[in-house]
This record gives sequence, structure tokens and C-alpha cells, in this order.
Amino acid sequence: MAILIDETTPVLVQGISGRIGQFHAAEMIEHNTNVVAGVTPGKGGSRILDRPVFNTVREAVEATGAQASVMFVPPPFAADAMMEAADAGIQTAVCVADGIPAQDMMRVKRFLRRYPRHRKIRLIGPNCAGVISPGRGFMGIMPPHIYTPGRVGIVGRSGTLGYEAASQMKALGIGVSTSVGIGGDPINGASFRDILELFEADPDTDAVMMIGEIGGPQEAEAAAFVRDHMSKPVVAYVAGLSAPKGRQMGHAGAIISAFGESAQEKVEMLNAVGITVAPNPSVMGSTVAEVLQGRHAA
Amino acid sequence: MDIHEHQAKEILAGFGVPVPRGGVAYSPEQAGYRARELGGEAWVVKAQIHSGGRGEAGGVKLCKTEDEVRDYAATLFGKQLVTKQTGAAGKGVYRLWVEEASDIQQELYLGFVLDRKSERIMIVASSHGGMEIEDLAEKDPDSLRRMIIDPAVGLAGYQARELAFALGLSGGQIAQMVNVLNACYRAYRDLDAFMVEINPLVIRASGDLVALDAKMSFDTNALYRRPDVAALRDPSQEDPREAMAADHGLAYVGLDGDIGCIINGAGLAMATMDMIKLAGGEPANFLDIGGGASPERVCTAFRTVLSDPNVGVILVNIFAGINRCDWIANGVIQAYRDIGLDLPVIVRLAGTNVQEGKALLETSGLPIIATDTLAEAADAAVSLRRQNAAA
Repeated sequence: MAILIDETTPVLVQGISGRIGQFHAAEMIEHNTNVVAGVTPGKGGSRILDRPVFNTVREAVEATGAQASVMFVPPPFAADAMMEAADAGIQTAVCVADGIPAQDMMRVKRFLRRYPRHRKIRLIGPNCAGVISPGRGFMGIMPPHIYTPGRVGIVGRSGTLGYEAASQMKALGIGVSTSVGIGGDPINGASFRDILELFEADPDTDAVMMIGEIGGPQEAEAAAFVRDHMSKPVVAYVAGLSAPKGRQMGHAGAIISAFGESAQEKVEMLNAVGITVAPNPSVMGSTVAEVLQGRHAA
Repeated sequence: MDIHEHQAKEILAGFGVPVPRGGVAYSPEQAGYRARELGGEAWVVKAQIHSGGRGEAGGVKLCKTEDEVRDYAATLFGKQLVTKQTGAAGKGVYRLWVEEASDIQQELYLGFVLDRKSERIMIVASSHGGMEIEDLAEKDPDSLRRMIIDPAVGLAGYQARELAFALGLSGGQIAQMVNVLNACYRAYRDLDAFMVEINPLVIRASGDLVALDAKMSFDTNALYRRPDVAALRDPSQEDPREAMAADHGLAYVGLDGDIGCIINGAGLAMATMDMIKLAGGEPANFLDIGGGASPERVCTAFRTVLSDPNVGVILVNIFAGINRCDWIANGVIQAYRDIGLDLPVIVRLAGTNVQEGKALLETSGLPIIATDTLAEAADAAVSLRRQNAAA
């Protein structure tokens, strides 16, 4: 079924009454997404985009059976929106907002520990483009037309660099099962490792393109997971070879502040476990093509 | 966001960290007056700039007379102090901190940082302070103690005691250290800090602990709810181009090269810079124009990039999702007209409304080089820069 979302997943939109929320919700509906409801505190009982609006996520879940949520909520209120979704039993939540205080995310991650594994929300983002299973549905802000349906998964921190990879693949006739943006913040929801685990278990995915960048320990963690648990081929690219140490490059999390956080060091770690690393960002698609060909030949 | 040492000391003192008595001075006369006010026989005069390594760079001095304080202060004011962290331009000295001299028996290191692995606040401490943490991690890694704080519980008493004993402290110092640790943690948590560092935390001849230096930086995403912290921003310590860009909602980082970059998305921006480097060129900057870029914002991006005199060619790379290629194209055309651009501009557009955007550039009659792929754009920028530089 691809991962995280398909045409059957009942999706609700937190912040549906705002200009941005409404715009993206309309896009999602137009591209086959099963949007069942919206949530805006104080707007319960109204209808937007021909969908019922509820005051709380819990009410929306009880009335519609929503399983996934995408939030278009400003940064000061985003942490609360995440905890509300988690407590209402949402399984997958996407948070797009850029600019959430790091300690708010620290609190959210600590809060999520109260739920047992089977009841725990899978949080994507924040500061991300979202999740798309091309032709089947999406939650986020990406332009759906640049993706072709297919059998390669994409996971990356950056939105636009993920678009770049998808369009290079499309030009070579390679389609995407699901593309996941995990976001550019120092503390985020699902990690590279978490998404790789889902792709490994997904019968509709044959290979994964992973797009990392400077800063943080998640590429190293992903490398260990690939070495120990993955049978499907993984192609990677790490952005920021020319980034100076100690400077934040746009994303709050894109800063080299410890050993192992530079692009060079990450490339070495990924190479060491047998991941094919694209030498530059203009050959992400062709590197995927080569790896897929090699696999068919073998 | 960084703040000055004297501001960090004032904040931490408010939470209960013992700091030496001292005062700020904005002129040599005031520095002398501060020394007299403090009394005693020796004072330390410290240049206030947003950088470490001030001592080695000549920005800190122990003075024995009021005249010495005044004379040394006179040499510092208005100076660009170059440390190993500032880059060649250095940072301007516009204020000093004058404090009572301390008899130092031992120097400790104490830092609070955001640990991305545990996603919690981590304490890093060492009984060998005084040098930069990077050097400490390299030269004496075994002396480093780390402790992670559960945000739901806060710093537990036993954790603070364990750390105090592990640093070799004893007697009344244990309670003092526990107090310092609690104070730093509360300051970090309550003010949305990213980093609190006391280096060195010294044991005076009397056996008491005192913070001889202090550094704090803050989470810019949380400044909206920390107005008192936001008010401590000192524009004189910032790169003027980066400050101007930030005021317009652009993320800009100045670099040493000559190819100006205007890109949407931090990842794509870093990737484009990588491509320029691999094509044999050097990027002049990182610039993320963000989502929903209006023609006005594109224009501001051009002005920001052009304020760097090294820029000889500009590369615009946009993969439009929530952006629209026609807006970007209009912005490029407007920038040409409004700014009177005379540098070559390479534009690569992809994504939403790409055909409309390309058509606008083509019919504009302006000498814009349109390319379809990332690789073509980087190659064109590097070869044009070479031609221009040779001419």
C-alpha cells in the first residue's frame, strides 16, 4: 500500500479554516486524498470544502474515524496540536510548520513516551514538505504533479531537494512509491531510520533514495540500520559539502556542531555500510537508475 | 542568537550563579571609574564581543592601577578584535567589562547544550577548564562527564551531586556546585537557551566557586515569547548582510566565493552550492528565499547578494512547490530594472508554473541565461565567472 498514506487513509486537517490550511486541503482533495474532516477550535459545526469541521481532534476522530492528520498550525501552537492529535489516537501526523521552539519539540517527544508502541502516533516533521504516495494521496505542501507513481521510496530532510530527486527520477522513467520529508529541525518526529524500516517492510517499494544533510546523528543511525536490517538497496546523497563549520544553513538543524556531523563524514559512514552515495545532487536520479539496473542484472 | 559575556553573567547571577563583581564601560573614562568603584588592587578588563578566544587575541588584561585600566581600555575601543572564531574581519569592540581580579586555584568546564541524540538538554563538565571545549574533547576526553536531563522531571538532586563529586569537589563545594547546576538548568529552560557555558568555572583561593566567564546563546524560534532576551540583540556584532536578510525573512550566510546564489529551500541551496564547488567554482553565499516568494522578496534577495562586492555572477535556482515560477521570473525581471543589474544571471526554474516562468524570461529581452537542470546551471555559472574574471 505504499507507506503512511494511500487513497483509503481517512485524513483530517488541523487548521483547515486558515488561508494556508484551506488552500492545501483543497489541493489534497483534488489529488485523490481522502480528506474526511477539519479541526479549528471555535469553528465546530461549520463546513469547509464540503467537509465537517470540529472543535477538537478527539471529536473529529470519533465522528469520522480519521486515522491521519496534517497540521497547518502556526509555530507557537504546533506542539499543542501534535499532542492533541497523539492523544486522540491519530496514527500518522504531518506537521509542516517551520519555527517551532526546540524545547517545545523536546516536550512533545517526552509526551509521546506515555503511549505503548501500538498506540503511538507516527509524527512526520515539523518543518517538512509532508508525505505523498503519488496518485493515491498526500498530506503536505508538495506539488503532486512532479511525481510519477512507482516503486522507489524517497526520504529526506529538505522539501525542495526531495522534489529535485523525484523530478530527476521521473525524467528517467522511475516512479515513487512514497516520498517522505522528515524536516530540517534539530528535534523532529520520525527519523531516517524509522522511515527506512517502513520502506523495508513495504511490498510496493523496491529501493530507497535517502537525502541527508549536515548536522545531527540521524544519518549515522540510518547507516547502522541499513547494515543490520535492510535487504533493499539504499541510495543516498548528503547536502552541505561546502558548508562551513558552526554556521546554520537555513534549517535550524543544519549546523555542524559535533564530530561526525559534516557532509564528508556522513558520506564516509554511509559508504562504509554499502550504501551507494550519489557524488553530486544532479545525479541522484541516475544513481538510483544504476542501482536498480544492477539489481535486475544480478 | 548570541549575547555578551556581561549579559550572560547578569542573567545567570539572577538565577543564583556566583559571579565576580564588575561593571560595563562604554568609554576609557568609564572603565577607570568602574575600577575605582569596585575597589581592590587589581582588575580584569575584558573586551565584549560575540566570540570566544578573546584572551589569546589580546582582548583581556589584568591591570594593577586605574591608569592602566584606562590606557588599556583606550586601545580596545573601536578596535576590530580578530579571534580564531571571528574570521579575518574580526568583531568591533564597543563595550568593556571591568571586574575584580580572582585568585584562581582551579579551573573547571561547565556547559549545557541541546543533545540531538537523546533530544534532551545535556550537561557537559570537566575538572580541566579554561580551554575551548573542542580542544578539551581532543586533548583530555576522559575528563569529560556528560549527564542528560529528563524534561518531565528536571535536573534531579542526585544527578547534580554525582556530577559535583565526579569533578573532584568536596565539602561545601558540593552544595555550591549543585546550586550552580540548578541555576544554569533553570536559565536554559526558562529562557529557551540553546547553550549555556561557564568556562572557566573557577575555584577561588578561598575554596568558593565563581563563574569567571559566561556564554549564552538562544533559540531564535522562541524569541517571540522571550522579549527580554530578544532585547539583548546587539546588531554591531552581526554581519550586516545577514542581519538585513534576516529582517526580510531570508536565510543568508556570507561565504568567501564569488558566485552569488538565490535558491528556495535550505537543502536545495546547500546542494546547489555543492554543485558549484564540484564544477570548480566557489559560492559567495547561502541564501534560502523561502516559500511563497513574491517578486519583491526576489528583489530583496538580489540586493542582499549584490551587497557582497566579490559577487561576479548570480545563480538563481528555484524548484517551485508553494512558490510559483512566474512570480520568481517577474522578480528577476523587476530586479534587473530596479537595481540596474549589470552582472550575468543564470536562472534555473522547475516545478509549479515553469512554462509561464520561462516564457516571461524569454520575452523580457534581458540577458538572462535560462537552464533546465541543476548541473547545467552550475556549469554555466562557473564558466561565465571564469570568462569575466579573465576579461
